[in-house]
Amino acid sequence: MRLHRRLMTALLCLILVSLCGITAAQRETEIRIGVYEPMTGAMAAGGQMTYEGIQLAQEQRPTVLGLPVRVILVDNRSDKVESATAVTRLIQKDKVCAIIGSYGSALSMSGGPVAQAAKVPVMGCSPTNPLVTLGNDYYFRACFIDPFQGRVMAQFAYEKLGARTAAIIQDIAQDYAVGLANFFKQAFTEMTGNPKSIVAFTSYQTGDRDYTAQLTYVANAKPDVVFAPGYYADAAVLITQARSLGLKMPFLGGDTFEAPEFTQIGGKNVEGVYFSTHYSADAPVTPASEKFVALYKAKYKIAPNTFAALGYDCYNLVLDAIERAGSSNPVAIRDAMAKTRNFVGATGIITLDANGDATKSAVVLVVRDGEFKLVDVVHPR
Amino acid sequence: MTMEIFLQNMANGITLGSLYALLAIGYTMVYGILRLINFAHGEIFMISTYFAFYGTAIFALPWQISFLIAIVLTALLGVVIERAAYRPLRDAPRISALISAIGVSFLMANLGLVIFGGRPKTFYRPPIFQTPIELGGVRVVALFFVIPALTAILLVALNYIVYKTKTGLAMRAAQWDFDTARLMGVDVDRAISITFAIGSALAAVGGIMWGLRFAEINPNMGLFPGLKCFIAAVFGGIGNISGAVLGGFILGFGEIMLVAFLPGLAGYRDAFAFILLILILLVRPTGLLGDKQRVKI
Repeated sequence: MRLHRRLMTALLCLILVSLCGITAAQRETEIRIGVYEPMTGAMAAGGQMTYEGIQLAQEQRPTVLGLPVRVILVDNRSDKVESATAVTRLIQKDKVCAIIGSYGSALSMSGGPVAQAAKVPVMGCSPTNPLVTLGNDYYFRACFIDPFQGRVMAQFAYEKLGARTAAIIQDIAQDYAVGLANFFKQAFTEMTGNPKSIVAFTSYQTGDRDYTAQLTYVANAKPDVVFAPGYYADAAVLITQARSLGLKMPFLGGDTFEAPEFTQIGGKNVEGVYFSTHYSADAPVTPASEKFVALYKAKYKIAPNTFAALGYDCYNLVLDAIERAGSSNPVAIRDAMAKTRNFVGATGIITLDANGDATKSAVVLVVRDGEFKLVDVVHPR
Repeated sequence: MTMEIFLQNMANGITLGSLYALLAIGYTMVYGILRLINFAHGEIFMISTYFAFYGTAIFALPWQISFLIAIVLTALLGVVIERAAYRPLRDAPRISALISAIGVSFLMANLGLVIFGGRPKTFYRPPIFQTPIELGGVRVVALFFVIPALTAILLVALNYIVYKTKTGLAMRAAQWDFDTARLMGVDVDRAISITFAIGSALAAVGGIMWGLRFAEINPNMGLFPGLKCFIAAVFGGIGNISGAVLGGFILGFGEIMLVAFLPGLAGYRDAFAFILLILILLVRPTGLLGDKQRVKI
């Protein structure tokens, strides 16, 4: 019995060693790109949509520098701690040369320092909080940032909806929502010239389900519009409760509202909700957008969304940098990435500034008959 | 704060409190009989909402039948969990069963992720429960009356079962001492199975009400309601069914009023629940209605 067990142990060791040998030998035969996205948890829809876009891009462009590309996905479970662990795992275990991710600014902000310390470049698809790339020369992104997004919605509320007062309900557990709420507040008070134009400001936490107390407080302040930055499921439940409490004013939000779950959960209650996002299939901006829309529709049989488009662009941005670097050395890829100029992506022309951020236009969408319809395109100044 | 807003907040508090109360009853019931904190209660609650969801969404059953099936299936699930995870540990130290409960909780949450997927699902909400009703400026939906009524009915029914029936007698006997109860001819295993069936059925009722109220369900949804109702049960005196209802209401009201009076602190309402737990443990460890701890020798 004991001999048997020893034999088994020895055999297991042998298998393990040979497995290690195989992975070591494979190292030169492929380019490994890591992806960390929320595939489960409160932001699962965003991560899954992004990953669809990445997969589509990989099918279109499966090789770089004459080597096949392998995309390695790690789920960060919408959790800040898991997110840092996911990046560590991609770098140490999977030995990736570049990383794509993550939906959710807070998730990116916890993964960023890990990648920076290991000197592996990261291309963010949709984290919009300015702090994601600030002070981190290994983090880049294909999207605009929240000072712009907050201004877009404030301007939309002020000019298009004629709002002179607004209430804000933010998800206090998310850097994305807290940042966006503040940028909206800044821009809106600036436009109205009235420091008291934000008549109510309150919070909830990701995953809360009862918002009646906050909404009663907001209803009492009688704002012209309510700005409620937060993730799609929470926002849909919040707006549903707002309608049943008799709040009739327009609700506004940011890019995280864009998920099929938002209209599924919210149903009729979210009709007429306005939100800003990165891209709309109704307003193709480059030849690449049209190609992307056609490819996406052929593969998934539905109209594409912002996050798939950004995932698609990020994959191509990373491959573009690898090509220009001419090697799979992470530092060389980082240097090439920083020099990205006039990249023609599905979501627009991408030029990265000194911070590693892209300057792009935003679109404002409205929920009409359960679908997202384009109402406005706002270009950066 | 005007009267109207105060009343609206009262209504909000009743809705949330009765939901917590409903869930806390199941929690406290299992503890009362077994002296086991069933940490898997929140996950049983989560799975029950998926049973109801699949009944209406995939099998296209009328909601009444779907909800009923969900309650029955959840009761069965509770019995199976007890048999698989707790019964083998019946004679082990109590801490082993507690750890087993935590294990079951994690297992089910992750199994839920694998089977149901990470993205949220939309719970079917029959329009009848969503009918808006306005009473003197206070706006509620029909569900506002359904949940407290259901809580009251279940409270009475449970007290009847536990204190007036033979099964209840067996449960209470098992609560004191398994061996002595067995000697008296009580089928302890059966009494415990029934306890779990009832406890889980209550979780299912709570789950369905939760789904009707909030529309969204996901595999992680069991965690926080589970903790909140544990707090409510401890607050009211764990093991005491009326105490759980009281605890649930106080917690629900507390959370609503915290936000109503201090909207700037709205982000800290979970902290409020935990501070409440710490305070009650410091000041009155047996809870509001809990009697002095009966220590088994």
